[in-house]
Amino acid sequence: MSGAEGIGASVRRKEDRRFLLGKGRYTDDIVLPDQSYAVFVRSPYAHAGITSIDTRAACEMPGVLAVLTGKDTVDAGLGGVPCGWLVKNKDGSNMVEPPHPSLAVDVARHVGDPVAMVIATSKAAARAAATAVAVDYDVRPAAGNLDTATAPGAPLVWDAAPGNICFDWHIGDPATTDAAFAKAAHVVEIELTNSRVAPNAMEPRAANGHFEASNDQYTLYTTSQNPHLTRLLLAAFTLHVPEHKLRVVAPDVGGGFGSKIFHYAEELLVLWASKKVGRPVKWTSERMEAFVTDAHGRDHHSKAQLAVDANGKFIGLRVATLANMGAYLSTFAPAVPTYLYATLLSGPYDFPAIYAEVKAIFTNTVAVDAYRGAGRPEAAYLLERLVDKAARQLGIDRIELRRKNLIQPSQFPYQTQVALQYDIGDYQATLDMALERNDHAHYEQRRQASAKRGKLRGFGISTYIEACGIAPSALVGALGARAGLYEAANVRVHPTGSVTVFTGTHSHGQGHETTFAQLIAERLGVSIQNVEIVHGDTDRIPFGMGTYGSRSAAVGGSAIVKALDKIVDKGKKIAAHLLEASVADIEFKDGQYRVVGTDRVKAFGEVAFAAYVPHNYPIDTVEPGLDESAFYDPKNFTFPGGTHLVEVEIDPDTGVVEVVDVTIADDVGVIINPMIVDGQAHGGLAQGIGQALYEEAVYDSEGQLANDSYLTYTMPRAADLPMFKVGNHVTACTHNPLGVKGVGETGAIGVPPAVIGAVLDALAPLGVTDISMPATPEKVWRAIQAAKAATGKKA
Amino acid sequence: MKDFVFHRPSTVAEAVAMLKARDDGKFLAGGQSLLPVLKLELAEPTDVISLAGVPGLRDIRVDGDRVIIGASCTHDQVARSAEVKAHLPALAALAHHIGDAQVRNRGTIGGSVAHADPAADYPAALIALGATIKTDRRTIAADDFFTGLFATALERDELIVAVHFPKATRAAYAKFAHRASKYAVVGVMVAETAAGVRVAVTGAAGVVFRVPAMEAALSKAFSASSLDGITVATDDLNSDSEASAEYRAHLIGVMAKRAVQACA
Ligand SMILES: Cc1cc2nc3c(=O)[nH]c(=O)nc-3n(C[C@H](O)[C@H](O)[C@H](O)COP(=O)(O)OP(=O)(O)OC[C@H]3O[C@@H](n4cnc5c(N)ncnc54)[C@H](O)[C@@H]3O)c2cc1C
Repeated sequence: MSGAEGIGASVRRKEDRRFLLGKGRYTDDIVLPDQSYAVFVRSPYAHAGITSIDTRAACEMPGVLAVLTGKDTVDAGLGGVPCGWLVKNKDGSNMVEPPHPSLAVDVARHVGDPVAMVIATSKAAARAAATAVAVDYDVRPAAGNLDTATAPGAPLVWDAAPGNICFDWHIGDPATTDAAFAKAAHVVEIELTNSRVAPNAMEPRAANGHFEASNDQYTLYTTSQNPHLTRLLLAAFTLHVPEHKLRVVAPDVGGGFGSKIFHYAEELLVLWASKKVGRPVKWTSERMEAFVTDAHGRDHHSKAQLAVDANGKFIGLRVATLANMGAYLSTFAPAVPTYLYATLLSGPYDFPAIYAEVKAIFTNTVAVDAYRGAGRPEAAYLLERLVDKAARQLGIDRIELRRKNLIQPSQFPYQTQVALQYDIGDYQATLDMALERNDHAHYEQRRQASAKRGKLRGFGISTYIEACGIAPSALVGALGARAGLYEAANVRVHPTGSVTVFTGTHSHGQGHETTFAQLIAERLGVSIQNVEIVHGDTDRIPFGMGTYGSRSAAVGGSAIVKALDKIVDKGKKIAAHLLEASVADIEFKDGQYRVVGTDRVKAFGEVAFAAYVPHNYPIDTVEPGLDESAFYDPKNFTFPGGTHLVEVEIDPDTGVVEVVDVTIADDVGVIINPMIVDGQAHGGLAQGIGQALYEEAVYDSEGQLANDSYLTYTMPRAADLPMFKVGNHVTACTHNPLGVKGVGETGAIGVPPAVIGAVLDALAPLGVTDISMPATPEKVWRAIQAAKAATGKKA
Repeated sequence: MKDFVFHRPSTVAEAVAMLKARDDGKFLAGGQSLLPVLKLELAEPTDVISLAGVPGLRDIRVDGDRVIIGASCTHDQVARSAEVKAHLPALAALAHHIGDAQVRNRGTIGGSVAHADPAADYPAALIALGATIKTDRRTIAADDFFTGLFATALERDELIVAVHFPKATRAAYAKFAHRASKYAVVGVMVAETAAGVRVAVTGAAGVVFRVPAMEAALSKAFSASSLDGITVATDDLNSDSEASAEYRAHLIGVMAKRAVQACA
C-alpha cells in the first residue's frame, strides 16, 4: 500500500494524543451515579487463623453501607477464584489445587490476603471504618519464602500439600540425558536464583462493579488485559451469572506486564457487593496494597548441569527447578514454570538431550504468575549463565562457544527435546549484527579506557529465544489449559468507507490502535485516520482472549487479516457486478478493484457504499453490508530470538554498576511499525535491567514483604539507562499470514543474563565467579571483598 | 489523609501564634516530607499552617563572611543562586542533588532542617560548615540543633527563619544516594572554614555526626591519602536492605576521600 501508513511505516501512535493530554479514561476515572467505595481489611500476617471478626463498630460509622466478610461470601455461595491451568505430576496425578476464597474465611495465608470488605459512601469513610474492623488473628508459623517452605519440617501453607509441594513435574527424556552425561568430556554445573519482582504497572489495579436491578445486568469496569477471560471466569466459576447478563469493560489500562491478566477476587467482590448495597462499588488499589496483592513474577531456584563433548558441542542438559507459587494458585501460575519455562530450555541451541524437573512450591506470599516474559526469562537466564560458565570452565570464548552450538538456519523447522518445534530463525545473523553494531572488535580499547578511569569494564552476551504468539488451542488444551487461546476480530466497513475494527486483544501500552489500523491501511488502502480500533468491552468486541505473551499481532493481527480476506473477497463480487466483469477477473490493489489488465476500476469506498445502498447489486447471490468476523487459532507458537550485548562499568570502591552500552539485534518477524517495535524493546530492556540490577521483592522467612513502597523498592529510571541500540534482522514467521512473531517481552527475556554476564566479566580478573540478581552495589562490593580475601589467602 | 484546618498566615509572628494556640498544629513549607507523612497517616494534625504567604523567608543574601538563606528557599533556588554558587559552591551542588526536580522545586531548606530526616543532605552541610539556625526567637548553633532521629532543639511552636552559613575556604559534599528514594545512604561533607576542618556524615546513622579522626588527619595534611586507614565504628551505623552498617562504614571512607578530592 501507500508505504506511508501501511506495514513497515513508523507512524506516530494515534492513542498518544489522549494520553499525553491527560485525557486517557482509566477505571478509577469512572464515577457512576450513586458511586460507593470499597476498602479491604487485609491480613498483616503471612499466616494466621482468623478467630473472630467484629464488624459492629465499623458498621455504625458514618457513611458505611456494608461490611462483608468471608462468611458472607460462603453464605452467598460465591465461588472461589479458579486456576486456569492444570499441571500433572510426574506420576500422572493432578497437582494440588487448593481453594482460593475471595475473602479469607478461617485462615489468612499471605500478607495482604483480604479478610473483610468495607463499603461506604466515600473512600475516606470506607478507610476510616476499615480501621474499626476488629479481627482476632491466631498467628501461625509461616513458610515465608522458598527457603523456609522447602526446609525439613517447614510450616504447611496447605495441609493437603505435604512439603508445600503443589506439583512435581518433568519434561524431556531422563534416559537419553543420562547417557549423554555418561559420555560427556566436560560437565558444567550451576545453581542460581531467579529473583522475585513486583509488577509495578503505573496504574494500580481498580474495579468498579455495577448491578442494575431493573434488568438484572452486571457491569464491571476493571483494569484487565483480557476482559472476556474475566467475564468467562466470573460467569462460570465465581459470580455464577450468565454471560449475557454480564458486561466487562477494560477501558484505558496503564500497563499490565502480566499482572492484569488474572481474575482477582476484588473484581468478583465489587460486583457482588453492588447487588447487596444497591449502588455501584469501586475499589482502587493503593500503591502499597499493590505490592502485596498484585501477582508477582519469577522466584525460581534452579540447579542445572550441562554436558559438553570434547569439541565443545553441547550434548545434554539437566535442570531441576523450584518455583514459588505463592499461597494461592493465580490464573496461569502453574503454566509459567512448566510450559512457558521448561519447554524453552533448549534455547537457540542444538541439544540432543534435555531433562528438566520442576517442583512448584506453596509459600505464604502473594501469588506468583506471569510477568513480562513469564517463564522464558527464567529459562534464558539459567541457560545463558550456564553457557557463560561453560565457556570459562572450558577456556573457550563465550561468543565462539555459542556459535558452535546455535541451531543452524538449515536445521529449521527444528524439533527440540522439550516439545517445541521452532519454525524459523537465523541466530547467526542476529549474533553478527549485534557484534557489528556494538563494534565488538574494539571492545578491548574501551575496556582499557575504562580502566584508566579506575573502572572495571565488563562485556555480557545473551543469545536467547522465546516462544510467544500463544497459542494453538488444541495443544495447550492437551497440556492442561482450561481455555482456548485463539483470537477474534470483526472488521466493519462503514457505508462511506471508513472502518471500525473490533478486536479481542487489549491494548494497555502496546499501541494496537495504531498498528492494527496500519493493517487496514495496508490491505484496504484506507488511511489510519479513517480507522478506529475498538477493544476492551465485552458488549462490543467478539470473544477474544486478550493480550499477553506477545500474542496480539501474531494471533489478534492474524484474525484481523482473516476478516480482511473476507471483506476483500466479498468486495470482489460486488465490484465484478458493478464493473460487469467476472469475479475471476477482478484484482484488488492499492484500494481499488480493477478488471485485470484494464483501466476499469471501482474504488474501495464505492464498493462499500454499494454494499450498504444495494440498488445496483448482485442481491441474489451476495448479502448487503460489508462487515466480517474471523477467529484465528494459531498453528504453532512463534519464536522470536536474538542477541543482546551489554557493557557495564563498575566502580570497585563502591560496587556501583553502570550500564554503559546495550546493543541488541532481535528477530521479531515482520515489523508493522518500527517505532513501536523499538519502543517495546526499550521498555522490555528497562524492565530486564531493572531485574538484573535494581528490583527485588524480598520476602523474609516470616513472609513479610520487606520492601513494599518506592522508598525501598528500586525501579529503574531513565537516568540509569544508556541509549539503547536496537537492530532487527527479519525472518518471517512461517505459519501466520503476517509473518510476525512478537516483541512485547523480548527485552525482558534476553537482557538480564547479559547484564549479569557483563558484571561477572568485569569482576572476573578479581576472582569473582558468581553474583545474584539484583547486582546491588553492596552485593558487588561484598563479592569483591570476598574474592580479595580468598586470593589473599591463596597467595 | 485525615481532615485538617488549613491556615495561611502572612507574618512570622502570626504563624507562630497560630501554632502556639493549637495543640496539634504543623507548619507546612514545601510539603515534600509533611505530605507523605499525612498521607500515610503517621501524623494527623488538626491544623496545618502554610508558610507560603509569609514574606521575607525566601531571600538569599551575603552578609560579610556569611551566606544567609531564608527558610522558605527551595532546594532548586539554592542550587541556582549566584550568591551560593559564588561563596559556597559545595552547598549549591548539594542542593542540586536532593531528590528529583519536583522535590527540589517544592522542598525548602527550613523544612528539611526542621524535619531532620537522618538521611537528608542539608544536615551534613550545616554541621561541616558550622552553620547557625535563626528562629523566630533565637539563634541555635547547628552543633546543638540536631538532637536525634527526626529530633531537633526546636520548641514545639518555634519557626526557622533562616540558616546562616559561614563562607568556606574549601568544601565539598560527596553523596552515595539510595537507589530507590535518592536520599543519602551516606553523605559526607568536608569543609574548611575559619573554624578549621570538619567532616560531617549524614545518612549513615540516626543523626548527622562528625568524624574527629578524619578532621584531625585533614588538619595536618589536607589530602585524600591522609584518610587512609581511618575507619568509623559500625556500632551506631544504620543497617537496612540498601546497605549494611559494614558497607556504610566503608562508604564513609570512600565518600570522605571523594569529597576531599573534590575540594581541590
Ligand atoms: C521523592 C523524594 C525524594 C527526596 N529526596 C531527598 C534527598 O535526596 N535529600 C534530602 O535531603 N531530602 C530529600 N527529600 C526531602 C525533601 O528535601 C523535603 O523537601 C524536605 O525534607 C522537607 O522540606 P519541605 O519544605 O518540603 O518541608 P515540609 O514537608 O513542608 O515540612 C517538613 C517538616 O518541617 C516543618 N517545617 C517546615 N518548615 C518549617 C520552618 N520554617 N520552621 C519550623 N518547622 C518547619 C513542618 O512542620 C514539617 O514537620 C525527598 C523528598 C521526596 C518526596
